[in-house]
Amino acid sequence: MTTELALQITGMTKNFGGLKAIDGVNLTIPKGDRRLLLGPNGAGKTTLFNLITGDLKPTSGSVQLFGRDITGLPSHHCAPLGLARTYQIITLFPKNTLADNVILSLLGISPLRWSPISRIKGRKEFEERARAALKQVGLEAKADRPLGETSYGEKRRLEIALALAQNPSLLLLDEPLAGLSRQERLDVQSLIESIPRDITLILIEHDMDVALALADSITVMYHGRVICEGDRAQVVADPRVKEIYLAS
Amino acid sequence: MTRKSRITLISLSLLILALAAPLLMGQPFYINIGSQVLIAAIFAMSLNILVGYGGMTSIGHAAYLGTSAYVVALLTLQHGFGFYTASLVALGVVVIMAAIFGAIALRGTGITFLMITLALGQTMWGVAFRWSEVTGGDNGLPDIKRPDLFGLNLVEPGLFYGVMIALFVIALVGMWIFTQSGLGLSLQGTRDQPRRMGMLGHHVWLVRWIAFIIAGFWAGVAGIAFIGYHGYIHPLSLGLANSAEVLLMVIAGGAGTLLGPVVGAAIVVVLKMVVSAYVSRWVLLLGCTFVAIVILLPEGVVPGLERLLKAILPAARDDEEASS
Amino acid sequence: MSIGFWLLQSLNALALGGLLFLLSSGFSLIFGLMRVANLSHGAYFMLGAYVGLSVLQAGFGFIEAILAAGVVIAVLGGLIERFLLRRLANRTLAQVLVTLGLAFAIADICLMLWSGDPMQLPAPRWLSQPIRAFGFVFPGYRVFVVEVSIVVAILLWLLIERTKLGAMVRASVDDIQMARGVGIPAQKLFSFIFCLGAALAGMGGVLGGPILSVYPGLDGEMLPLALVVVILGGIGSIGGAFVGAYITGFVYTFGQTLLPAFSYVILFLPMIVVLAFRPSGLFGKSAP
Repeated sequence: MTTELALQITGMTKNFGGLKAIDGVNLTIPKGDRRLLLGPNGAGKTTLFNLITGDLKPTSGSVQLFGRDITGLPSHHCAPLGLARTYQIITLFPKNTLADNVILSLLGISPLRWSPISRIKGRKEFEERARAALKQVGLEAKADRPLGETSYGEKRRLEIALALAQNPSLLLLDEPLAGLSRQERLDVQSLIESIPRDITLILIEHDMDVALALADSITVMYHGRVICEGDRAQVVADPRVKEIYLAS
Repeated sequence: MTRKSRITLISLSLLILALAAPLLMGQPFYINIGSQVLIAAIFAMSLNILVGYGGMTSIGHAAYLGTSAYVVALLTLQHGFGFYTASLVALGVVVIMAAIFGAIALRGTGITFLMITLALGQTMWGVAFRWSEVTGGDNGLPDIKRPDLFGLNLVEPGLFYGVMIALFVIALVGMWIFTQSGLGLSLQGTRDQPRRMGMLGHHVWLVRWIAFIIAGFWAGVAGIAFIGYHGYIHPLSLGLANSAEVLLMVIAGGAGTLLGPVVGAAIVVVLKMVVSAYVSRWVLLLGCTFVAIVILLPEGVVPGLERLLKAILPAARDDEEASS
Repeated sequence: MSIGFWLLQSLNALALGGLLFLLSSGFSLIFGLMRVANLSHGAYFMLGAYVGLSVLQAGFGFIEAILAAGVVIAVLGGLIERFLLRRLANRTLAQVLVTLGLAFAIADICLMLWSGDPMQLPAPRWLSQPIRAFGFVFPGYRVFVVEVSIVVAILLWLLIERTKLGAMVRASVDDIQMARGVGIPAQKLFSFIFCLGAALAGMGGVLGGPILSVYPGLDGEMLPLALVVVILGGIGSIGGAFVGAYITGFVYTFGQTLLPAFSYVILFLPMIVVLAFRPSGLFGKSAP
């Protein structure tokens, strides 16, 4: 093997009753890659994320993360192995401040999460790293505001901050631009561009301009299958891709 | 001083005043009410771990208080144990019971969890009621002697109340520390976003299970105080009505707040005392209060008061900056 | 213990299973449709029995007593649904807690109106003739209860599986959003099913009166049984309620005969096994 692999999915299939949501997907992501998952709604992109993170159990097939088999492991095993993700639908903690949201993320990879007595708030390692993560997404000034006082665009950035705070090796971003205005899109785009290159990225995104600008390589999915893979020029030239996107 | 710390100061002064009030009034009647409120408060705080901080509504919590009290009663009456040794055994039994019941109940979530806790709670009631050779059945177990402590005779209401204050303060401080701890934050996170918490590395099921056991433990502590105070235990103490009563305390006071269950306990115990003095329709009132609170005051008294205080107190400068 | 004893106990188990079916089929339908665990269901059963008792004492017949209880409890259920539960739409936990509060209120009002003494409803003479079969004598009333529960089960099954109304109920149990989207009047359906479930519980109370008697605390004994049946059988499934009710009837009856002190503990064993291996119940839809 010449390049180290971040993620290898082999023969992945997921059935919901009679419906094949994922149908024999193979996917190989080298370390440091920035991969865009493309495909119309219902292609199985988010389902694939859920299978990687253990939110769903595959009907068959396997997932290897940095050479380690994680097939069917419950999702709480992901964070310690350096796998983080964001959600298409905002999944944050509404009763907490922005800093406390990030602290819950830091706590997830700290043994202190089991301590019933040690006070977390005010601990330097948590507070400073939480603020650093917020600074990375440009929300430092609002660290002590409750989540309810932030805009939708800020919540989107906080989604990413929660994932980045864990300093993951592989980051799955599920439609990080969904529902954002033009300006906000540009903000989040530059935020994603600023993510260190040693973090491998897999991105689901419908905004083609942004997505193609960010990605090194592209995988196109349709009806639960991978139909095309390659760099931008290869994918754009592929007749099947044209067919799908012209039809929908 | 920030507004938040002033609210804390006001709450603390009110709490101390409330704790001192029965002593200031002097008569054993009031002091005994004070003891009952504190026992109920410890009980309600234990349920608040599940309902308030964990988002798991249990309607079978009386089973832990009752079982603990029954174990103390049986061991002291029939097996010659001292009160304190019996209490230690009782806590062990309740923790094991919570571990088993928790593992069963957490097979379900939400309303299913609620249904399973209700059913399991009624099991313990059924055992206490039907296994009459041991539990005395419908007669209950009377005449458990209140123990001495460091040579002090706790039959004296004032001294017993003092011990209850100490126990209550330990429980309250323990609860406060827990809510700020890693495990406590993790529990509150699993209440709000279980799926995200899993992805962030928190073991959602295990966190909930541990919380269930901690809640059972403190209910067991309340059970020991309960049997110490009353010297009598009856199957009704493990029954559905008692489980509902403690849930009412938590919800009426304010689930997920530190002092909510304490305020709720005071309201329910005093209300029950006053009502029972005039009519025998406590259960009817319990039911109606339940309906009224859920519909009219779903958040509880304490969050409402907090908002009121915030409205009255002018915001300090540092708060203003933060909210401008 | 003779064969006759076992046969008699089996009949008792079947009769209890039948009563539990009447109680829990309504509970299960309400839960499946509205996601509300109606914790007043045990109280409906008890109040039904008391209403039936009063109708009998006023000199009417047994059938009239059953119908009267069904109507009274259906109206009560309808009022609760219309004026309390509907106000709390989309707040499932609040709805469940309201039904818990109402359960206590109803129970205490029963205590006020009918006193605390246990009372047995007299079974009508035309139903209590002993039945001779296989050389044994069986109490006729229990056979009647079993027959009624089977007839009701068939009627309910036909209603749910073979009518347009039933199709709407099934669609709503599966996916309420989708059902609303295709124009199913969910609110009317809720009201109807809530009244139907309440009526079944009330009639079950009268039917059970000659066997179980009626006394304060009957509600608190029946409610956990209904919960066990529904957890066993799976939520929202008539077939599940039927199978769950008979399993529970047998386990509870034989538990009470053989180990009376722990009949409640034994009752939970099948539930625990099912929860361990099939958390959605025997007939429940397992989550994908």
